[in-house]
Amino acid sequence: MFSRAYKSAITLPPLFWVATFLLTPYALLFCYSFWSVSPAQIIVRQWNLENYRELLRVSMYPAVLLRSMRIAASVTALALLLGYPLAYYLSVHAGTRKHLLYQLVVIPLWVSYLVRAYAWKTILGSDGVLNTLLQYFHITHHPLGFLLYSPFAVVLTLTHIYTPFVFLPIYASLEHIPRRLVEASQDLGAPPLETFWRVILPLSIPGVLAGATFAFVLSLGDFLAPLLLGGPSGVMISNVVVSLFGAAYNWPLGSAISFCMLLLVVALLFLTERLEKRWSFS
Amino acid sequence: MNAAHTRGPRWLRLYAAAVFAFLYFPILVLAVYSFNGEGVGGFPPHNLTCRWYAMLLDDSAIWSSVGNSLLVAFFAVVLALAFGIPAALALDRTSFPGKALFRRLVLLPLILPGIITGLSLLMLFVAFRMNLSLVTIALGHGTALISVATTEVFAGLQKLDRAQEEASLDLGANYWQTFWRVTVPNLKLPIIGAVLLIFTLSIDEIAVSFFLIGRNNTLPLEIWSRLRRGITPEINAISTLIFLFSLTMILVWYRLGTRGEREPRLAEELVPGAVQEG
Repeated sequence: MFSRAYKSAITLPPLFWVATFLLTPYALLFCYSFWSVSPAQIIVRQWNLENYRELLRVSMYPAVLLRSMRIAASVTALALLLGYPLAYYLSVHAGTRKHLLYQLVVIPLWVSYLVRAYAWKTILGSDGVLNTLLQYFHITHHPLGFLLYSPFAVVLTLTHIYTPFVFLPIYASLEHIPRRLVEASQDLGAPPLETFWRVILPLSIPGVLAGATFAFVLSLGDFLAPLLLGGPSGVMISNVVVSLFGAAYNWPLGSAISFCMLLLVVALLFLTERLEKRWSFS
Repeated sequence: MNAAHTRGPRWLRLYAAAVFAFLYFPILVLAVYSFNGEGVGGFPPHNLTCRWYAMLLDDSAIWSSVGNSLLVAFFAVVLALAFGIPAALALDRTSFPGKALFRRLVLLPLILPGIITGLSLLMLFVAFRMNLSLVTIALGHGTALISVATTEVFAGLQKLDRAQEEASLDLGANYWQTFWRVTVPNLKLPIIGAVLLIFTLSIDEIAVSFFLIGRNNTLPLEIWSRLRRGITPEINAISTLIFLFSLTMILVWYRLGTRGEREPRLAEELVPGAVQEG
């Protein structure tokens, strides 16, 4: 029913725009990663693998990447630990209050990222709310130093930020589970725990994977929470990139790191999609 | 999911309550200390005052950054809709080589850490010899958020009855008239939803803006630069106001009356393969 002209009119403009403002920039990132900087701080467009060699040679880069992955993995695990039971409770046991509670989970999602990171900073500082509260009730006598400017602070903040994101797809997949499957399991005499373990959990895996990927990828690439709350021991890979694009002025090396991150993310998305297909029920 | 709405085991109820407490604790602290007379920390709060809000009212730098953010968000919405709606139509109704790649590329900025999109766009603008300004930020936000417009509208198109468009075309309306008089009115709710989402996401966005900023700050970047200098409850005050603004937006979003029947897609749409080829 749609003419050729109509199809071109809806296809070409977005195609052109996306090619110019998304594909080209990512391609530029790729190109830069093979270039270098002259001592006079000019970008030299000579193709070589020097940046990638440097990433392998200087042990700081893999070490920081590893730390970032560790932090991202902790955030993912904690967000799942908080998000899954919450989603399960809402989906199965909340009854009529389900929609209200659902909206209560979503609201923090809409609160500015920066605002939430800042809030944790005021809570965890040595003059912060938590430390002064502990001292007020004489639980501690000195401010606890490890709370702020540590990987702990970064993990806590990112967990707070990404728990709702993990909750949403899990909740959605729990809601999609056909009721008859759960009833069948119960009718056949499975105790609640076994029904959960063998019916509900496997069917909610696509949601778990989606939420986990999201939390992992976004915390891996985060640079604001580490800058604000991480201190020297909480530096993450994106902070290295930021400094390479700023004061250190080495865009090509920064691009090489960014491109590795891009590859990592795309590979993860690919993997998740595969796994999701395997686990999805239909 | 379950027929029998039992209240569930006691520990699960307590656990859920604890997670809610965790989610709301920082927001509560932020709001309480925006009235604190003596700094952002210290327990218990002392000398409750509204002076930080008064200070905020006179803070011209903050308000001009608010103006900048609103301007950027407005153009981001226009841009994202202008390309996102046709993109959704194209995914729904046409097939062309590279369609699968196109779909993934459109969705990528949502799942990719903002730093990668920000840096890539920075390189593009440098290559175009464009000066960094609010324009570059708006272009960045608009482009990254095409994904939101596309997913929302695409979901709407799945439920759309094509017979109406067919009837319109049969009765002699051209495509342009059919688009404005039949397609768009039928997609009103997804489009309004997309507008609200894009607007809020743009107002809050910081990672992409961080690299594209010129001389004029957006609100998050203005707050960011102050955080680097030291913190006062004035930041709590503006944060509380931002929270109330977000809350208003979300209430508007729910009052549209669509949430009950719609799936919670906000995060689902961020998942690869959420938009299947039509």
